[in-house]
Amino acid sequence: MSHATQSQDRSRDTHRRSDMMFWLQGRLSQIVIAPSFFAILIVVYGFILWTGYISVSESRMLPNYEFAGLSQYERLWSMTRWHIALKNMFVFGSLYIVCSLVIGIFLAILLDQRIRMEGALRTIFLYPMALSFIVTGTAWKWILNPGLGLQKFVRDLGFDSFTFDWIIDRDMVIYTLVIAAVWQASGFVMALFLAALRGVDQEIIKAAYLDGASLPRIYTTIIIPSIKPVFLSAIVILAHLAIKSYDLVVAMTAGGPGVASDLPATFMFAMSFQRNQLGVGAASAIMMLVTIMAIMVPYFYSQLREQTHD
Amino acid sequence: MKIYRNILASTALISAMATGAATADPSIEVLHYWTSGGESLAINTFADAFKAAGGTWVDQPVSGGGGDAMNTVLRSRVLAGDPPGMTILKGPVVTEWANAGALANLEGVAERDNWNEILPPLLAEIVKVDGVFSAVPTDIHRIDWMWINPDLLAKVDGTVPTTWDEFNALADKLMAAGITPLAHGGQPWQDATIFEVVALGLGGSDFFRKAFVDVDPDTLRSDTMIAVFDQMRRMRGYVDDNFSGRDWNLATTMVMNGDAAIQIMGDWAKGEFMAADLVPGEDFLCAAAPNQGGYIMNPDSFAFFDDSNATEDEIAGRELMAHLLLTEEVQIAYNLHKGAIPARLGVARDQFDACAVQSMTDLDATLENGKLVPSMAHEIATSSANRGAIIEVVTEHFNSDMSSEEAVERLVEAIELAN
Amino acid sequence: MIDVNYSAGRLSFSHVLGRGFIYGCLIFCAVIYMMPFLIMLSTSVRPLAEIKSGTIIAFPREITFDAWTKAWGEACIGTKCSGLSSHFWISLKVVIPSVLVTTILGVLNGYALTKWKFRGANLVFGLMLLGCFVPFQAILLPMAQTLGVFGISNTPFGLALVLTLYGIPFSTLFFRNYYVSIPDDLVKAATIDGAGFFSTLWYIIVPLSPPIIVVNIIWQFTNMWNDFLFGASFSNGDGQPVIVALNNMVNTTTGVKEYNVDFAASIIAALPTILVYVVAGKYFIRGLTAGSVKG
Repeated sequence: MSHATQSQDRSRDTHRRSDMMFWLQGRLSQIVIAPSFFAILIVVYGFILWTGYISVSESRMLPNYEFAGLSQYERLWSMTRWHIALKNMFVFGSLYIVCSLVIGIFLAILLDQRIRMEGALRTIFLYPMALSFIVTGTAWKWILNPGLGLQKFVRDLGFDSFTFDWIIDRDMVIYTLVIAAVWQASGFVMALFLAALRGVDQEIIKAAYLDGASLPRIYTTIIIPSIKPVFLSAIVILAHLAIKSYDLVVAMTAGGPGVASDLPATFMFAMSFQRNQLGVGAASAIMMLVTIMAIMVPYFYSQLREQTHD
Repeated sequence: MKIYRNILASTALISAMATGAATADPSIEVLHYWTSGGESLAINTFADAFKAAGGTWVDQPVSGGGGDAMNTVLRSRVLAGDPPGMTILKGPVVTEWANAGALANLEGVAERDNWNEILPPLLAEIVKVDGVFSAVPTDIHRIDWMWINPDLLAKVDGTVPTTWDEFNALADKLMAAGITPLAHGGQPWQDATIFEVVALGLGGSDFFRKAFVDVDPDTLRSDTMIAVFDQMRRMRGYVDDNFSGRDWNLATTMVMNGDAAIQIMGDWAKGEFMAADLVPGEDFLCAAAPNQGGYIMNPDSFAFFDDSNATEDEIAGRELMAHLLLTEEVQIAYNLHKGAIPARLGVARDQFDACAVQSMTDLDATLENGKLVPSMAHEIATSSANRGAIIEVVTEHFNSDMSSEEAVERLVEAIELAN
Repeated sequence: MIDVNYSAGRLSFSHVLGRGFIYGCLIFCAVIYMMPFLIMLSTSVRPLAEIKSGTIIAFPREITFDAWTKAWGEACIGTKCSGLSSHFWISLKVVIPSVLVTTILGVLNGYALTKWKFRGANLVFGLMLLGCFVPFQAILLPMAQTLGVFGISNTPFGLALVLTLYGIPFSTLFFRNYYVSIPDDLVKAATIDGAGFFSTLWYIIVPLSPPIIVVNIIWQFTNMWNDFLFGASFSNGDGQPVIVALNNMVNTTTGVKEYNVDFAASIIAALPTILVYVVAGKYFIRGLTAGSVKG
């Protein structure tokens, strides 16, 4: 900046030159982003269009481009299993997001209290995120199996009436998925919030503390409101993980007992690749995408508008 | 083993002359999901035979979900224009792939090796599409088996049941003695396995065919079908509390260890007993489930993909492999591991155990009297869409308190949606 | 960080109680979080006979590493009995270049989208972002066809390309949100000094980027390493990545289940991602603090 005040003449020259440079380099930024953008345009939007077309075609085992109108959608919506999957998505998604948030924030606040061995504890809470359910699925199945795992363990300790058999109970099985999924993601949420807590202005907190405000009060009235944006980020990430949940179901329950723990992602896979009803599978994929859009587009819109106002 | 290799080497020579492929280096890429235990040993006998005949075997295993993962891979590879050489394809799926123009025509090998003579007609029917051989059957599994722990049977003075009423009486007696009657794993395909065995036992082979091959709505909602679901409800009472999600081989272990008396399962269960050095007839019993003299068969078959870019080596590999699959030596070696009986007729029986020999005898009999039916649960009787729809209702009924009347209505509805 | 010890005089009974509660909660949670991993670890060093006879939640009475050597070099996957080792190297070969490329593209995209804004930059960003949310099962078949057209299906290169493509949206998101928080004046000053697009990137932006690079590497490495669907569909035979090989090993349909080998194999397959989290975990929080979670 001091540079610009040194000499008017030189500065005008520099400006003209840098204007041109700026123009060229403005193009440069478009050139730089173009490959990624067009690749995404093809592999995301192009392929979604393809799926959309399949959903209104006669496709069964292999893609078949004969137009079938909305018959695949009609079929989809008359399937009991699809309704079960949707209901499960709702139960699973909302519980998963709420529990991960509550536990994640709770752990973040605890870890923020000048804890010894914070690094080790943080790693312990975070490591589940590093593991695929293909790795941990068997261990989870064991723990939840009443004849092998937790129930047997506690009963062997002498508590004969202890019962924990959700995984074989049609009405409860969806909650076992929630447990495992929360175990995986809550550490990540903890990391997001811990990072945000570290970014809060210390002076305000100190002032409130010296005014005699209690710690819980400081958290609820000052700190948490000031990190609001993180909630949004966390919810978006969790929502996207919830909608994509697939390995989890396959590794733990394979959709059972019956089809009681089916989710839209497993439904789509089963229809497309096991049942040879590719058209129905594509229709369910489009329904999933529509749901995702309905959540995401308002979020992007508000976020981008906010930032343009900065 | 040495003798075996010699035989292989000689068949290789013959086949090389027969196919006139002496100049090519036969190679084949095999996509399969048989990654463990008896199944991996079984497919290894193919690999050994192929290698002994001078071929290059490229293994491409994708396990998971009883072949579901493999089917996904298969589809993406075919769409990518890069199909594998050979893969496991069963029942109506062979027809679906052949109609899509994806499979190689095997008439040449079939004619040279006389497949029409050496295969049971019903089996040849399944792998033929429009009269053309499109896949090679390699074995016949029987589904309607009961695997019984003789000590537990003796404990309640029971005999092997031959009707479902007898079965229920025995199971009630076992229950009263504090023994779990039925070893079962609550996975949809296992539920469906019991279901089709019950359906054959209560309805007979004509009913079975009408219901699962023709998927005739009137049969599906008939009183007999309601009775089948009623029996399923009883069966639900005969399993232990932890059955949900249990693998079938763990259920077999329960019978072995005396934790449960009977398992209804295809003859791959025998492999588990054999692996534990148990003797059929002494340490465990194999008996046909109450089936009105029927036989539910589940043949495995392999199909070869037609790739317009296939090299000479790959075509030679295909011809050689198709030939080897049905040679007597490979059939015996393979089926001893697989626990099934050979697809080829007239194979020497002396190496097979008592259960397998009974299976061969019953197969011959049912081939004669027309009581042989294809398995629904194991993808032979009907399309994947129909099968999936039926299994879904069966497993939902088994795992809930749905009434039999509701179950048959759901069955009819599900079949409508699948077509 | 909230410092509750502003004056030593406040160190009261209730304070000690509070600390006790905090540590109690944390240690309780840590034990629960560790449970699945501890079960895997203890099972992997127990002999098979002991596992079958006892309960699963138990300390090993006898420790053996046989299962580990078997899982690494001897266990059978399909007809080949050479364990996970070769698949492990394939995963590294596929994943490392993909992570590097997505990182470089993320830096470039984030920089171009924030510091050299053009008309429609936000729209471009929004469209790219939606790529994060596509269920991969839905695009499997068209991707297969596309790879086939280019003749790279079932090659490590093809697999790496797919992983990279679907990694771009997240990398762009991370870097863009991070660079938004870097003052534009820094870039302006540099350009006035005559620095161009790339020299500004190199001398001003890249030196500020390590925290977000760590976040990106952790995220991409974990996702790509753990990928199953693409790995199973777009690789063949000896070229299968380790997670696919693990699945083939663990998903037995017949035969005696060797739980100790299964679990040893699971841990081996998970080691690199665990290592990344342990080593880089500290920087992960730091990177997130530095701005990527803003807004």
